[in-house]
Amino acid sequence: MKHLDIAVIGGGLLGSAFAYGLSADGGRVGLIDEGDHAIRTARGNFGLVWVQGKGLNMPDYARWSLRSAYAWTPFSEQLHAQTGISVEYHRPGGFYVSIDEQEFADNLALLKQLRNEAGEDGYDYEIVEPSALRKQLPEIGPAVPGATYCPHDGHANPLKLLRALQEGFQLNGGVYTPRARVTHIVPLKSGGFEIHCDGGHRFGSDKLVIAAGHGSAELGHHLGMEIPIFPVQGQVVVTERAQMTMAYPTNYVRQTDDGNYLLGPSARDVGFNDETETTTLRDITRRCTTAFPHLKRLRVQRTWAALRIMTPDGFPVYLQSEAYPEAFSFSCHSGVTLAAVHATDVSRWVLDGQIPSRYRCFHPERFNVPA
Amino acid sequence: MFRRRDRVSDPVTIWFCDRAIEAVADDSVAAALLAAGIACFGRTPVSGAPRAPFCMIGNCFDCLVEIDGETNLQACLVTVRDGMRIRSHPGNGPGDDSEKGKA
Repeated sequence: MKHLDIAVIGGGLLGSAFAYGLSADGGRVGLIDEGDHAIRTARGNFGLVWVQGKGLNMPDYARWSLRSAYAWTPFSEQLHAQTGISVEYHRPGGFYVSIDEQEFADNLALLKQLRNEAGEDGYDYEIVEPSALRKQLPEIGPAVPGATYCPHDGHANPLKLLRALQEGFQLNGGVYTPRARVTHIVPLKSGGFEIHCDGGHRFGSDKLVIAAGHGSAELGHHLGMEIPIFPVQGQVVVTERAQMTMAYPTNYVRQTDDGNYLLGPSARDVGFNDETETTTLRDITRRCTTAFPHLKRLRVQRTWAALRIMTPDGFPVYLQSEAYPEAFSFSCHSGVTLAAVHATDVSRWVLDGQIPSRYRCFHPERFNVPA
Repeated sequence: MFRRRDRVSDPVTIWFCDRAIEAVADDSVAAALLAAGIACFGRTPVSGAPRAPFCMIGNCFDCLVEIDGETNLQACLVTVRDGMRIRSHPGNGPGDDSEKGKA
């Protein structure tokens, strides 16, 4: 049985960010990954590093997203320097494009309310009229009544991010174990944990981080943790590569460094069904081609559905086991945006052995308040 | 780069960028082009990087070509037909019809 200082369960974007951040401290860190037949929530990532519009009724989450956006530049530079992999992070700012007057009005009201809730921590945004918008996004459609611009928004390549995190983790001396679905976590009387996997792998560890996507809920039960998460299906559409026309990411269309356009994302509540469905795909493409009519000339290369993580209020669930305080569990659906703080701040919490009280807001106890 | 395992039977002639290529009746377009030494089917629109089939099973979209005027076809999923005219996918830069397939 291999002995680890810290075991991270889950090789998606969250687990890999923690494994990378934790291994930088020099301890023996293991990343235990079920493998590609797992429900990979990270497949639903759109690649936005996004602040705008997030955190209604929870200013702490707006602040947390903003903090990560600030941390993203040094984070991506460090990953690049260490691994040679560019994760294609750009932060030109992002546009929230509305496709009709009602949506535009709703968005303006939302940003205003967020600004009020945030007080002094509120971030800047601009309201952009169609004529000005056309200068920034020349392909914008005639029906678009306007957009909002936030300078903190950006985007990155989630596939390269995952690869860079796992590469950096291994360069830090971390040990990645694929095809190892965790079946049992046994807390030991002497402290620490024993982790049993399919395929015969067994690990001992002093600390434990559960970041197993939809598997976290069940694994949490082994340690008495209630992790309220459920799946939301998101569909993504990718077009063929084209000349670069979009200098900015938007809320539902972005162009990658290779020239492909990503369209989406959608949200459907269909349990653990991950099949695409044409009505949703039609809605996605209709909305995106209203915003950017030139997309009609492009062919769709691929569509897929993924099962993202959702929590009752949409905000992260960060949790330290009360019975076994060396065990942590982290769940959220913004694995790209929050990668920078997961690899830095959150990894530090685990090393220090405590989630700071200021981040207690992400504890699931918030769902238990009597109505 | 590639060579055929079997002797050529049922030959058909296809065209890539105005160059005649001898293919075999059941070839995919991608296989026929690769067998003829064509290593660059087209170039990416942003960086101009040369592309060639990577997966041969319809997944990678790096073998895109125009066939008889129809654009954006995956060469690995289309079977050759005598007289077929193939060009680089127009969204992409020009392919390379040289034997070496470089540049």
